[in-house]
Parts: sequence; C-alpha cells; structure tokens
Amino acid sequence: MNDKELLRSVMRRQAGLSLRVAAVFLGIIFILPLVNLYAPELAATNVGGFSLTWLILAVLFYPITWGLSAYFIKRSNALEDAIVQENAK
Amino acid sequence: MIPLFFVILVTIATVILGVVATKRAQSASDFFVAGRQVSVGMNASAISGEYLSAASFMGVAGLILKNGYDALWYPVGYAAGYLLLLLFIAGPLRRFGAYTIPDFAEGRFDSPLFRKIAVSFVLFIGFFYTMPQMKGAGVAMQTIMGWPYWVGIVVVGSVITFNVALGGMKGITFVQAFQYWVKLFAISVPVFVLMAVYGGYSGKLGTFTGEPKGIPKVTKDTPLKFVGKDKAPNNAVSFSPGAETVITFTKDTEIDKISTGRKPEPGEDKLDASLAILPKIEGVIPAGTQVTILPLVVTKAGQAVLSKEGKPIKTAPKLEFAKPTEAVLAAGSFVPNTQNNAKWGLPYGTLTSKHGFPVLYTYSLIIALICGTAGLPHILVRFYTNPDGKSAKATTFWVMVLIGAFYAFTPIWGALGRADLPMLYANNKTDSVVIALPRAIGGVWGDVLSGVTSAGAFAAFMSTFSGLLVSMSGALAHDIYGKIIKPSATPEERIKMFKIAAVIFGFASMALGLLVETFDIAMLVGWAFAIAAASYFPLLLLGAWWRGLTMPGAAAGMLGGGLLSLGAIIAFMLSDKKIITIDDPLTKALCEQPAVWGVPLALVIMFVVSKVTAKQIPWDADLKMLRLHAPEALGRSKDYIEDTGSDH
Repeated sequence: MNDKELLRSVMRRQAGLSLRVAAVFLGIIFILPLVNLYAPELAATNVGGFSLTWLILAVLFYPITWGLSAYFIKRSNALEDAIVQENAK
Repeated sequence: MIPLFFVILVTIATVILGVVATKRAQSASDFFVAGRQVSVGMNASAISGEYLSAASFMGVAGLILKNGYDALWYPVGYAAGYLLLLLFIAGPLRRFGAYTIPDFAEGRFDSPLFRKIAVSFVLFIGFFYTMPQMKGAGVAMQTIMGWPYWVGIVVVGSVITFNVALGGMKGITFVQAFQYWVKLFAISVPVFVLMAVYGGYSGKLGTFTGEPKGIPKVTKDTPLKFVGKDKAPNNAVSFSPGAETVITFTKDTEIDKISTGRKPEPGEDKLDASLAILPKIEGVIPAGTQVTILPLVVTKAGQAVLSKEGKPIKTAPKLEFAKPTEAVLAAGSFVPNTQNNAKWGLPYGTLTSKHGFPVLYTYSLIIALICGTAGLPHILVRFYTNPDGKSAKATTFWVMVLIGAFYAFTPIWGALGRADLPMLYANNKTDSVVIALPRAIGGVWGDVLSGVTSAGAFAAFMSTFSGLLVSMSGALAHDIYGKIIKPSATPEERIKMFKIAAVIFGFASMALGLLVETFDIAMLVGWAFAIAAASYFPLLLLGAWWRGLTMPGAAAGMLGGGLLSLGAIIAFMLSDKKIITIDDPLTKALCEQPAVWGVPLALVIMFVVSKVTAKQIPWDADLKMLRLHAPEALGRSKDYIEDTGSDH
C-alpha cells in the first residue's frame, strides 16, 4: 500500500468513527432546545421534583458524554491496532 | 477570620508546592511542556484543575442562581466541549507533536508568518479569560474580607504573578492537579451540609415548579446596598410586579432614572413610571424615607391588557440610582431583580429571551461553548504533555469525568441560593453565592464551610490564572521572542523573557479586571470561548482533517471569524456600559452571542480562500496528514520539535 492510499484509508476510517459518535452527541445537544420549544409540556414533566428537561441537562447529560467518550476511545484504539497490523504484514 | 485562614492556607500550599516542584524543573523543555512526561492521572487532574476557573467555581453557580435553566447550558457546554476535542483534535494534535498552537500553525504550513498571526489569538483569548478570574478574586475578597473590589484583585493578582514568574509549567502541573481536588472537595462537601440544613436539590426545584408564578421573598428585614451610575448597568433595581414592596432608605439617595420593567408593546399606553412610587419622590431622598413601590397595570387605550389567563398584566418600576446608597427591604417583600419561578426553572427564560430571540441565543451559546473548549490554547498545550496519542485520549476521558463530576454540583448551588438566600438578587451579588450561602448558616460552622468554598474559589482563580499566564508568557517568550525577534536566543534568555512577560501580563490582567466588575463572570468566560470557537477551532479542525487547507485560507478564516467575533463582543460590552447604543435587538443578540455566525463564517472563509489559493497547498501535505493520522506504531509521527534536553 502506498502512502496516499494508506492516508486515505486511515483518515476515512478515523473520520467515520468520529462522525458517528459526534452525530449522537450533537443530536442530543441540538434536539433538546427544539423539544423545549415545541413540546414545553413534555420538557416540564415532573420527574421526582426535577422537570424532565432539567434532569436531562443538569444531571444525566454528564454520564452520557462519559459513555460516548469511553466508547469512542475503545473503538479508536482498536481501529489503530487494526491499521498497524494490516500494514505490518 | 476563619475564611481568611482557609484562603491563606491554600495560597501557602500552592506557593510551597510550586517552589518544591520548580527545583526539579531544569531545561527549557521542562519549563514549557513539563518534559512531556506526565502520567494520565496527573495530567487529567492538572488539566481539570487549570480548566475549572473562577467562572466555573463561582460564576456558573451564580449564573444559574440568576438565570435558572437557561444558564445550565454553560456547565454543560464547558464539560461537553471536551468530547469534540477528543473526537477530532486531541489524537491528531498529539501525534503531530508541537508545543503550542502557533507551533502547529507553523508546522502544518511551513509558514513563520502564520505563526505570528496565530500567536495573536493566544493573547486575545487569554486576556478575555483572565478578566473573569480577576473579577472572581475581587468579588471573593469583597465577600470574605469586605475589601474594596480592586484591593482583592491587586493582592491576589500579584501573588499569582510572582509565583508563575518563579515556577513555569513544571511547577504548576503538579500544583494544578492538587488544586483540582481542592476544588472538587470545596464545591461538593459544603453542598451536602447545606442540603442537610436547608433541604434537598429536587425538593427545592419541586417547590419552584409547584409555584410557577412565585417569586422568592425575604423572611426578615434585609439590608440592601445599591451601587451608583458609575457601575451601570448594575445600578438598576427591578421591583416585583407581583405585589407592593416597602423599602426604607438608610442613606441619602438620589434616583437617576425611573422606568418600567416591561417595555410597552405596540399600541399600549405609555406608563408614567414615577406613579409607581409612593410618596412621589423628587431630588434627593433624605435618609429614613420609607417608600412603597406599586405595580402598575398595563393599559391599551385606557383598558387593562389581559394575560392569557385573563388577569391584568402588571409591570413594576425599575430604579437606577445615581450614587451608591443603602436601604432596608421590609420582611415579607418579594425580592427585586428576579423573575418568577417558571421563567427561572424552565427553558427560554430571562437570559436567552432578553433580546427577543431565545432559540437563536441558545444555539449560539451552545456552539460557542462546545467549539470554544476545543480551541482553548491554554488547554490544548497540555495535550503535548502526554507521551503519545493513546494517552492523550485517555487523558481526555478522565478530564471529562473529573470536570463533569464537578459541574453536576453547580446547579444545586443555584437552586439552594434561590430558595434560601434570595437577597443576593437584590444586591446584584449572585456571583458570590458559593461563599455567601454557607456563611448564612451562621456560627462557626457557617464560617468553616464558607472558608472551604473560599479556599476552592482561590484554588480556582490561582490555577486558571497561572495557566493563562504561562500560556501567554510562553507565547511571547517562545513564539514571539524565541522564533521571531531573536531566534538565536539562548535558553537562559528565553526563560528570562518568560519571566518578564509573566510580570507584564500579570499587571495588564489586573488592570483589565478592574473594568469588568459589572459583567457576570461566567458570561465573560463565555466570550473567551466564542472567540476561540471562531478562530482556533476551525484552524484545528480543518488543519487536522482537510488536506486542501492552505496557509492563506487558514489565516483569512481565523482572522475573519476571530476578529469579527471579538469586535462584536466588544461592541456589546460597550453598549451594556451605555457607551454606544445598538438599537436593533437582533444585532444586539448576534453581538452578544456571535458564535452562530462566527464559526460558520470562519469555516467558509477557510474553504473558499483555500480553494482559490490551491497552488499553495504544502508540497508535503500528504506527509503531514500521515503524521497527524497514522498510528504512532507505524513510525510516521515525529515530534515537530525534537527534544534535545536543554534546547530545541
């Protein structure tokens, strides 16, 4: 494999993974304001004292990003190992 | 006195740790990136310690206290931005191997000219970021010691400046890791005690949602301090339209302006705001005068305007004082300067709606915060202290956990503050909630808890301000002096220049800090993020992922997006201080939150100009992209700056 092909394949695989995780993350953070706007009753639903939207944004959002982050790192390291193996042959 | 003891304790611990660690700092490389060998746990703690600034420690809680739900985007954005950094930037940047963003800028395009352009933003962003740290220092000392605002800034600023000038980066990596744990302890432990005393988090929020039209009340006669016209817009006090308010002035008072809180909509009658104060007041009000402030009914051609629920809409007066004054708010009165519970606790409240474009404002804020985190120079420089790309990623994960754990506590402070210390609204002192609320418990324990949070606040602005001073002084010593002015400089000369720069920037920051007393701490930091989002973020994103980026394209986009955002923010600050006027509300909203146009603008300019100047794509662009993306084990990465121990 020459450098150009190597570069193209490495970048495409890395970008694919990054974009997939980014889509989930940006999806959550960009859709929440729309829910607040178009479904205010849903957003204000009482969940144990919290409104649903407060619970999501102020409490649950942090563990969600940790999960995404851990998933990405695991996949990204596996991807790099795979690339190294393929090219060492 | 007890809080002061805690503050002095944390300051001394910081200085001593700095000195001890400095003894081990030997080479120039140690000074700039800590010898590039810091363990993941230590590095993650240090990054978190540096990142959690006064804005996070005092400002976010204060902003949530003031604006409720709308302000929750701040901690979320501050924390979540790291995910974008992780997905697109951390790995490639570490593999490329350079000390600073200007190093990346030069190395990616082989252009020393571009270094000069890129380095200027280290300074712009740095100064915007130091202002709120200074405000934090001023407010903290005001609350703890009763010192005037400027004294706190000068004392704290000087101590940190000299500490940095002596220590450099190796010193502070260790110190900042220590400070993260101080901050986490200080934001979390007092909260549990406060909840035991005042009641729990969800309980408070439940009370607010159960009473959507409710406004916090003071339970006893409460002394208030108002500032004068020189501190505008903080001299304005908006009274509650819910009921009448009784206040007694305890000092001679002069009112500069009376207006109504609600701006008349088209067709509505103009209200005479002065009718809302009984007895009618003119000229100087002598001390001891008691006035009653009444809500006015909004009318349209003489008829009351009705709300959706069929009740007449009322508005209350907004007073602007000419000179500082004092008054007592009668027990049972609604607290001025706050919105009702529904506007506080639900989305699209007073913060995002202030210009009439709540959705646009919200999205612009989100973009600024998540893209800005990924472009902060003083944070990015830390990724070079990881031994390889894999550990850079692991570090980012741990940073997200550490700072997320911290930020999850900030809304609790906001909710408890609204329920139990609402007088902070009346005094425009929401930024001091983390120190004032524990003290309100009273007694020795109140002082001890307030001492703990004061120590946390000090750890916060010490670590962030130190980090900013290092990155700004590093930019001057390493990028401007070492690369541009005198490339032949010896390492000793560079370190000397670093120290001189630290002292200069330290004093410049203190001077700027004196100007920003009226702005919310968290908003000031938000602006630093907006500038980073429109300048460095596009550079790093496209620089790492698009082979076709050229130097003119990158420079034009960074300057276009960054400088226009900077200009817009400065214009907004001037209009807030009433130096200039911006009439159009949309323009005002876009000036206050420029990221929604600034980031796309920078990206588009970079793309278009790069296409036009496609001949200037570096000849070895493929090689560079390989260095950014090929796993280290393939041997394609090479540190841009080879470490040879004492020089580079």
